[in-house]
Amino acid sequence: MRPSVQEMIAKSNGKKKKKVLEKIIPIILFLIASVSVLTSIGIVLTLIFETITFFTRVPIFDFIFGTTWLPFSNNEAQFGIWPLIIGTLKVTLIAIIVAVPIGISAAIYLSEYASENVRRVVKPVLEVLAGVPTIVYGFFALTFVTPVLQAIYPEIKIFNAISPGIVVGIMIIPMIASLSEDAMSSVPKSIREGALAMGSTKFEVAWKITIPAALSGIVASIVLAVSRAIGETMIVSLAAGSTPRFDGDFTDSIQTMTAYIVQVSKGDAGYGTTIYYSIYAVGFTLFLFTMAMNILAGYVSKRFREEY
Amino acid sequence: MRYIEQQTVVKRMNGRLIANAIFKYIFLAATLLALLALVILLFRIVTQGAGNLSIDFLTNFASRFPDQAGIKAALVGSLWLMMVVAPTSIILGVGSAIYLEEYAKQNRITNFIRMNISNLAGVPSVVFGLLGLTIFVRAMALGNSILAAGFTMSLLILPVIIVASQEAIRAVPGELRDASYGMGATKWQTILKIILPAAIPGILTGSILALSRAIGETAPLIVIGVPVIIQFLPSGVMDTFTALPMQIYDWASRPQQEFQAVAAAGIIVLMAVLLFMNSIAVIIRNKFDKRY
Amino acid sequence: MTTIVTKKPAKETASIQPQKKAVYETKQLNLWYGNNHALKNIDLEIMENEVTAIIGPSGCGKSTYIKTLNRMVELVTSVKTSGEILYRGRNIFDQDYGVEELRTRVGMVFQKPNPFPKSIYDNVAYGPRIHGIKNKKILDEIVEKSLRGAAIWDEVKDRLNENAYSISGGQQQRICIARALAIEPDVILMDEPTSALDPISTLKVEELVQELKKDYSIIIVTHNMQQAARISDKTAFFLNGEVVEFDHTDTIFSNPSDKRTEDYISGRFG
Repeated sequence: MRPSVQEMIAKSNGKKKKKVLEKIIPIILFLIASVSVLTSIGIVLTLIFETITFFTRVPIFDFIFGTTWLPFSNNEAQFGIWPLIIGTLKVTLIAIIVAVPIGISAAIYLSEYASENVRRVVKPVLEVLAGVPTIVYGFFALTFVTPVLQAIYPEIKIFNAISPGIVVGIMIIPMIASLSEDAMSSVPKSIREGALAMGSTKFEVAWKITIPAALSGIVASIVLAVSRAIGETMIVSLAAGSTPRFDGDFTDSIQTMTAYIVQVSKGDAGYGTTIYYSIYAVGFTLFLFTMAMNILAGYVSKRFREEY
Repeated sequence: MRYIEQQTVVKRMNGRLIANAIFKYIFLAATLLALLALVILLFRIVTQGAGNLSIDFLTNFASRFPDQAGIKAALVGSLWLMMVVAPTSIILGVGSAIYLEEYAKQNRITNFIRMNISNLAGVPSVVFGLLGLTIFVRAMALGNSILAAGFTMSLLILPVIIVASQEAIRAVPGELRDASYGMGATKWQTILKIILPAAIPGILTGSILALSRAIGETAPLIVIGVPVIIQFLPSGVMDTFTALPMQIYDWASRPQQEFQAVAAAGIIVLMAVLLFMNSIAVIIRNKFDKRY
Repeated sequence: MTTIVTKKPAKETASIQPQKKAVYETKQLNLWYGNNHALKNIDLEIMENEVTAIIGPSGCGKSTYIKTLNRMVELVTSVKTSGEILYRGRNIFDQDYGVEELRTRVGMVFQKPNPFPKSIYDNVAYGPRIHGIKNKKILDEIVEKSLRGAAIWDEVKDRLNENAYSISGGQQQRICIARALAIEPDVILMDEPTSALDPISTLKVEELVQELKKDYSIIIVTHNMQQAARISDKTAFFLNGEVVEFDHTDTIFSNPSDKRTEDYISGRFG
């Protein structure tokens, strides 16, 4: 006759191993979870320290207020950040002009008009669009969109702000569409039915009920998309050129903050040179821009959220 | 006297219905436009690159001559990269998710970690490159090795894996937890034997999608100094290497027209790898859907 | 509306065998969820090899009480308790009394059948395995014995390796009972075990409870008064976190001493 189950359990549970494990595991997991915090701290400290080194060589005033970016000049190097910011903003502006109307229209169509079957097809396709590597988009901008633009408007140079702007716009459409659609879908059906029962058309429901109610989510999605556009690197590296300029010309070669970092990284600016440190100063500026957008998006969606 | 004249309502109705119909088609057209962009993009790349695809293309190293250029080093390099990124990012991501969902108390530290993860997800990939360059390449002196690039990529996709794993763990019904605790199981036993097995499909799906993002990322690799002209295969994680998107970037940025076609062929290979990974994710998702 | 209480022949239990020992002695138990005083000055003595039913309207604290008996209640939110619950003479709130140890002695069956998404065999073997029993032969033996004990062996013996979700809800609940039996507990807590089941499955579980009484002490929460009348030896009536009345089931249903108990069992509220 075997011993009872309870006796066997009592015997095996007498061992200490189990109790020690229960105490150690949470500590290990906490350490693992703190890796993400350490990453953030690492990013901020890295950027700050290397940027400070940069400012020991280039006056901070010149960096923040300068309008000439000439890092590679041997004797007349100038590090005024504004041309890179202007370049970034040009691309972002075009991207937003492309992505906002299309993204929000797609969101309205999916949440208000589309049948379940249409949604089942369209949403995965949008996911695919979001999953295309940016290097592929960059190649597409350079070898397809730019030639098409040149055929329409011959003044456009091979490197310009419009073509990468359009393609960055295509890249962020899925983001705006799916986040806005989430916001619209979370407007309760009962509110829509209330409006429909009074004789509203679907368009009136979308325009007067759903969009106002989901506005905070829609705005947040746009702000997040702006942040993505600002930080986008490969599309602009391939198709926007490497000519930092402080003007309003969209048709000629420009340079964005991200493209500058890539330009220096793939060249052979030695470790410890001013140019080496300049990528951290530019990276820090970029980080501040995107962080501001992310915080703004969080604020908008929290502060103006509708309570149903 | 009535406030609403049925006649006026009927008269105005026509215009409202027309507006409704017009806008419906505008919204539909916009949606189709987005889909059309994808179709054009894929069509262009296939027509540009298909001519260059061959067994030689897969088995040759990079070359100065477009017709001899191959993607072998990049393909193998990307696989090596994944061998570092997959275990690192999944262990860190799933561990963090378990901590946040099962152990963390509702307090300031936990809130801070959560907020930090969502902010980290919004940091541009090129900035992760700067982090990798400073910490892994220089401070830890790993050089531009597979390990340095792998760690950088792991941190980049960490937020995605954490969030996906958290959702998968949260979706495990509370009743299963209760049943396990009710049998006298400890917390770790419950996590290991009940929660993780039930959450694994969701975790895997999210992780594969995150890994497919890592395989297509270029900017961090450029910043940490991954080279492109590589004529040998790496033999360990401390070796230098190149990766698919790096190779494509190099070809795409060359002025010669012939290299554009080579770049397109490289993109086809990259997209095929992505398609393969995504199909696995979809299969897992469908296979394990609705089990409770 | 009045409920017809079917009178059953007087139970032979407590009066004839006064030497029965107490499994649980609850003394002046109070419990708060945050500021919500959910259990107030509970005094209850639960005897071994009896079925004790706990009845009362929704929100009366009956579910909270049964979950306090194996300290599952602490999993939900911040819970504060005072007073004591003695299990076999030992206070379960004692610092050095591990919850795992307590729950190994006290099995639980839940409202909704909640088998693990594993095979039937693995479900039943879960308890013994986590407590360190690895021997395949012994596990086989335990699984069969438990499934027989839960009166479901004949229905599933040929499909032990199938997922537990492939069988009906009523069968799932009996698998859950088998799973609880597998560690040979002393007490089985049942929290409305038939509330998600159809009448036929309910009947099977009720018959099973009668059967299990020989070897186990059973505490069952139910909102179905007929069920309490049918299967229990003693019944406690809870209202607003207090025990209004606790007595032999026959007494409670035929001759309650408290007006509120009478109102409840005759269907005037609840």
